[in-house]
Amino acid sequence: MNKLKIIIIGNGMVGYKFCEKLKSKSDSFKLIIFGEEPRRAYDRVHLSEYFNGKTAEDLSMSTASWYEEQEIDLHLNNPVVEVDRAAKTVSTSSGEVYRYDFLVFATGSSAFVPHIKGIEKEGVFVYRTIDDLDLIAGYAKNAKKASVIGGGLLGLEAAKALIDLGIEETSIIEFAPRLMPRQIDMAGSEMLKSMLADLGLQIYLNKNTSSIEGETNIGGLKFSDGSELATDILVISAGIKPRDELARKCGIDVGPRGGIIVDAEMQTNDPCIFAIGECALFEEMIYGLIAPGYEMAEVLASNLCAQSKSFKSFDMSTKLKLIGIDVASFGDPFINEPDCRTIVFENKHKGIYKRINISNDGQYLLGGILIGDATAYNMLLQTSVNQILLPADPEELILGSRGGEQVGAGIESLPDAALICSCEGVTKGGICSSIIDQGCETLDDIKKCTKAGTGCGGCMPMVKDLMLHTLKAQGKYVRNVICEHFNYSRQELYDLIHIHNLKNYDDVLNEFGQSDGCEVCKPLVSSLLASLWNEMILKKGNDTAQDSNDRFLANIQKGGSYSVVPRVPGGEITPDKLIVIGEVAKKYNLYTKITGGQRIDMFGAHLNDLPIIWEELIAAGFESGHAYGKGLRTVKSCVGSTWCRFGLHDSVSFAIRIEERYRGIRAPHKFKSAVSGCIRECAEAQSKDFGIIATEKGWNLYVCGNGGSKPQHALLLAADLDSETCIKYIDRFLMFYIRTADPLTRTATWLNKMEGGMEYLRNVVINDSLGMAEKWEAEIENLVSTYQCEWKEAVENPAIRKRFSHFVNAPEDKDPTIEFVEMRGQKKTPEWKKV
Amino acid sequence: MTETTTNWLAACRVEDAVENGGVCVKYGEEQIALFYFTRRNEWYATQNECPHKKQMALSRGMIGTITDEPKVACPFHKMNFSLKTGECLSGDECAIKTYPVKIEDGTVYIAVN
Ligand code: SRM
Ligand SMILES: Cc1cc2nc3c(=O)[nH]c(=O)nc-3n(C[C@H](O)[C@H](O)[C@H](O)COP(=O)(O)OP(=O)(O)OC[C@H]3O[C@@H](n4cnc5c(N)ncnc54)[C@H](O)[C@@H]3O)c2cc1C
Ligand code: SF4
Ligand code: FES
Repeated sequence: MNKLKIIIIGNGMVGYKFCEKLKSKSDSFKLIIFGEEPRRAYDRVHLSEYFNGKTAEDLSMSTASWYEEQEIDLHLNNPVVEVDRAAKTVSTSSGEVYRYDFLVFATGSSAFVPHIKGIEKEGVFVYRTIDDLDLIAGYAKNAKKASVIGGGLLGLEAAKALIDLGIEETSIIEFAPRLMPRQIDMAGSEMLKSMLADLGLQIYLNKNTSSIEGETNIGGLKFSDGSELATDILVISAGIKPRDELARKCGIDVGPRGGIIVDAEMQTNDPCIFAIGECALFEEMIYGLIAPGYEMAEVLASNLCAQSKSFKSFDMSTKLKLIGIDVASFGDPFINEPDCRTIVFENKHKGIYKRINISNDGQYLLGGILIGDATAYNMLLQTSVNQILLPADPEELILGSRGGEQVGAGIESLPDAALICSCEGVTKGGICSSIIDQGCETLDDIKKCTKAGTGCGGCMPMVKDLMLHTLKAQGKYVRNVICEHFNYSRQELYDLIHIHNLKNYDDVLNEFGQSDGCEVCKPLVSSLLASLWNEMILKKGNDTAQDSNDRFLANIQKGGSYSVVPRVPGGEITPDKLIVIGEVAKKYNLYTKITGGQRIDMFGAHLNDLPIIWEELIAAGFESGHAYGKGLRTVKSCVGSTWCRFGLHDSVSFAIRIEERYRGIRAPHKFKSAVSGCIRECAEAQSKDFGIIATEKGWNLYVCGNGGSKPQHALLLAADLDSETCIKYIDRFLMFYIRTADPLTRTATWLNKMEGGMEYLRNVVINDSLGMAEKWEAEIENLVSTYQCEWKEAVENPAIRKRFSHFVNAPEDKDPTIEFVEMRGQKKTPEWKKV
Repeated sequence: MTETTTNWLAACRVEDAVENGGVCVKYGEEQIALFYFTRRNEWYATQNECPHKKQMALSRGMIGTITDEPKVACPFHKMNFSLKTGECLSGDECAIKTYPVKIEDGTVYIAVN
């Protein structure tokens, strides 16, 4: 078979990467490489490690046999000297001529050497190749004083290399008034300068070298201000110059200041000739970094394989460790007030300088500089590159990462006296001591020992967190498993059920559990099954695995009666429907109350009456309100633009849309929402699991708020969204929560425990950093489209309906022990009976 | 010496009981919780009232095991009771009464007094 021939000029990092990528995509090309250097492509980025014990072989990008295995012809030490575009051939310095179908320039850059008088003298070097380093190392043996021209990234690295070579007196000469002028600002430079000085480096800023002194060998430098500096060896690191000489010679277009001009497909003005890496000029820019070079290799390899891809301008952010000092800059590090707001943190003692530039509206991170501590670099880079919305206090971005953990959110930060179980009056100290002093290792142990969680049980998630945390602190290995019947976490079990397509509790227990289950794993598995398959929860086999309230589709009340809560989407209800509720309540003698969730609760129903009550409500157009389920409760609304003089959008319609979309979906815990028509926030959206507030331009979406015992405000996830995007983000947010939250964990607690916190969540939801968005949206769509009112099914299915009677042997009889007393013209339950 | 004969209450048909769950049986003024632990092919009966807050609720509780001991959890505050012995497995609430159960010709009988 006649393969297309591709000749690659240059066996540097990018040329090598191109071969690797192309080979992994296709085998229909014959690759021939010509390298000027005597060795296989090596990691130039880590060149300095050559002075720290790494050999040329260590730095090599591949083994010698790789090229053979890939059937690539590699010609080293044999530069291409001429290209004949008409004949489609190249000639090499050894005199051979090769024909190509496609030609790729990957010739990189060389060090830029300014015209300084005396530059040709012995002892003047550049810092680019392993050969350069060998020459420097040889010459340095007899040197006592060294200088580097150029205080940029490479210059500092060269200076470090000279110190490593044992030259104690090393100076850096920079033309600009600061170090690393392309990356950092004046204050950052000052900080870096003082730290480098501590390490013994002399730094000269604002210095223009006018001549190099000495006979044949260098002896010193003269500056334009008249001053002089003695030196035995000089390394020039004043920038890079793209290697475009060969391209220029054969008539390929090059830029006015050098570089082979390419388009977004890496093509030059000759359709058969391409350029990638540091020799390529894209949109008037030479990218002197490896990441964009690799991206160019990817783009070209893809296009040659007919996978269309194009190169987009690349972020030039950098992070490096210089002599043990973190230096990083990202985005636009230099933009200044009044074009932005700048926040600076400086600790001279520790040598830390951090600057972030924030858009004037406080929403976006534009860029910044980190010196001394760049742990936040990746997160900040993501935030600025992806235009992630900033939290209300953006300074926390640079101050917060002090200990790595979020401040204040975790259970660890609570004092010992904090009351965890208010029913039984158990403090954090009490729970910890039951674990540490009395050896409790399970939730049951702790319950028995302290009685915590034996009241309303609402504190159990916190007790569990405390237990896990305390056990861990004691060095005991704890896996966050469900209970003694399942040796898995909720998330693991979710995936297992999904993969194995299991549909009922017993199958899950047989397949992945042991023994016979309990009140912890049963509702948990039921909830997973519901989240996954959305089948009627009382389907035979799953009915008794439901939590008591789910099993009877109603909340059990003190005394043993039940409550009835029909859905009232968005809190909007017609007079006719109000009348129906009134009539039903009257007929079945129910207590009525407006709930905190903008709907009406009817209390005091006998179990036997539930089906007939619901039958009447359903006939009038009501449906289950899922007040009993771990799923969507209510979406509250304010009246919004339909009536309110301040309303920006129709918050009621949007609330109804949201409520009808997510109704019935089961989750690790209940979740709530609200939509406010303007920032006056009458619907209290910022206290909800997800809350929506109208803005001039659309909707602001807040997530992970909570009322309850530990109130927490929701945080802004995204601003000014149109309705569709808003719903898309909620879809993703909810599926992520449903998949990953621990059992009975509300979204606020889930977020508090999430590593990376809000930034991480935002990245997952908005930037789809997990690549799950499409799948999640489809899953939600499936849940939405399979929704059915559970109560409708329950009243219509005789087998299920049969279960709504108190006595199995006297189905007509109601529980005679249920009593009510009168209060303000309605009934209520009597107090708990004395025990 | 007095001969004690067991008084067997015909509670319900097997198919009226709930698989892996409980139903409530009326016995005069009393309420008995009857559990069909289908997974283990075992039947249990206990008093229906939970001693914690005197709620007629145990038949609506979830059954399961703790280290293989069959138990029921009260739907109100999740107190656990052994189905075999009636002992309270969560702290020191008092124990509940248990009753023997037998099946004959598809009918479930509970031994009362
Ligand atoms: C009926 C209602 C009180 C009222 O009369 O207004 C109510 C009643 C109950 N709430 Fe609530 N909550 C009600 C609104 C709220 C609100 C207000 C809201 O939604 O805007 C909150 C605070 C907001 C929040 O959840 O963040 C609220 C926070 C709680 C909590 C604490 C949750 C937490 O994360 O800390 C619990 C305990 C739990 O779920 O574990 C709870 C639990 C309960 C339970 C289910 C307790 C129980 O297990 O029996 C009560 C059941 C009553 C019943 O049988 O129907 N209820 N509850 C409200 C029903 C709203 C509805 O229409 O569905
Ligand atoms: C000391 C140092 C530190 C660096 N640190 C970083 C860093 O921290 N982060 C970062 O992103 N980047 C860093 N860089 C830059 C990075 O190394 C370059 O971006 C990258 O090497 C460019 O790859 P390339 O293949 O385009 O060019 P090169 O790696 O330079 O390869 C080009 C090759 O082509 C050969 N060649 C040229 N002309 C011909 C010809 N006519 N015939 C045959 N062969 C020819 C050259 O000899 C060379 O071997 C650093 C560079 C240096 C020198
Ligand atoms: S706040 Fe009121 S309704 Fe809510 S759980 Fe407590 S007592 Fe019940
Ligand atoms: S009433 Fe049964 S546990 Fe409280």
